[in-house]
Amino acid sequence: MAVCVAVIAKENYPLYIRSIPTENELKFHYMVHTSLDVVDEKISAMGKALVDQRELYLGLLYPTEDYKVYPSHQLCRYGYVTNSKVKFVMVVDSSNTALRDNEIRSMFRKLHNSYTDVMCNPFYNPGDRIHSRAFDSMVTSMMIQVC
Amino acid sequence: MADEALFLLLHNEMVSGVYKSAEQGEVENGRCITKLENMGFRVGQGLIERFTKDTARFKDELDIMKFICKDFWTTVFKKQIDNLRTNHQGIYVLQDNKFRLLTQMSAGKQYLEHASKYLAFTCGLIRGGLSNLGIKSIVTAEVSSMPACKFQVMIQKL
Repeated sequence: MAVCVAVIAKENYPLYIRSIPTENELKFHYMVHTSLDVVDEKISAMGKALVDQRELYLGLLYPTEDYKVYPSHQLCRYGYVTNSKVKFVMVVDSSNTALRDNEIRSMFRKLHNSYTDVMCNPFYNPGDRIHSRAFDSMVTSMMIQVC
Repeated sequence: MADEALFLLLHNEMVSGVYKSAEQGEVENGRCITKLENMGFRVGQGLIERFTKDTARFKDELDIMKFICKDFWTTVFKKQIDNLRTNHQGIYVLQDNKFRLLTQMSAGKQYLEHASKYLAFTCGLIRGGLSNLGIKSIVTAEVSSMPACKFQVMIQKL
């Protein structure tokens, strides 16, 4: 299940970030923050790749690591970058179920669809924090559904 | 994209709406073009987000311009750009021989002075799309004889 979902703007500031165990929010913010360099690295490496390898989904950003606060949980970070350079980072708890790549991919796809809806909302100013209720409930469903 | 007739009608109303409010003093006269351009900018940002959702990552600037000329133009105006030229130093000229938003007006030079009103929104559309893809630019349009027009895109290097 996804334990943290973050949307990060082109200029690397957060547009939206939410994690499920709210008591350790800062820890997750830190995890997302540290994965941004890996995202950048992956994008610049991808510029030279062949067309079929230039997809938006970046895959696993970081090898599995144990989460210090809950020693039994294994957390993985996955990344996705839209063509407009907006980054999605998801921290996934894979301790009891190993999620397949395809599932993660479809989760990102859903997230991207939702983000597009937010962008096309005339009441939203591009670059502002996302306060959309629809987006919020989609993220919530993603955090619960996969567990 | 909504039915194209609706888009044309809405666009026409938008232009006349903005100019009418200028007459009543709500918008400063001469700011109308800017206002239409800004509307286009916001729409372009939203549209490009939607259109590039399923495409692969772009390789370079030219790749992006080709996308604008082909996919973007086809979705919005139901046809491709007829000619794309570049000097490879940040200037692109997009030529459309039968631009949709001008086809309703009679061909030739009769309404030439009004053409710029009907191109401002599209200039913004291009600029907004490019800016969302990470390219800052200045877009200008020119018309010499009616349904044909040229958009010049000047990329602003950082």
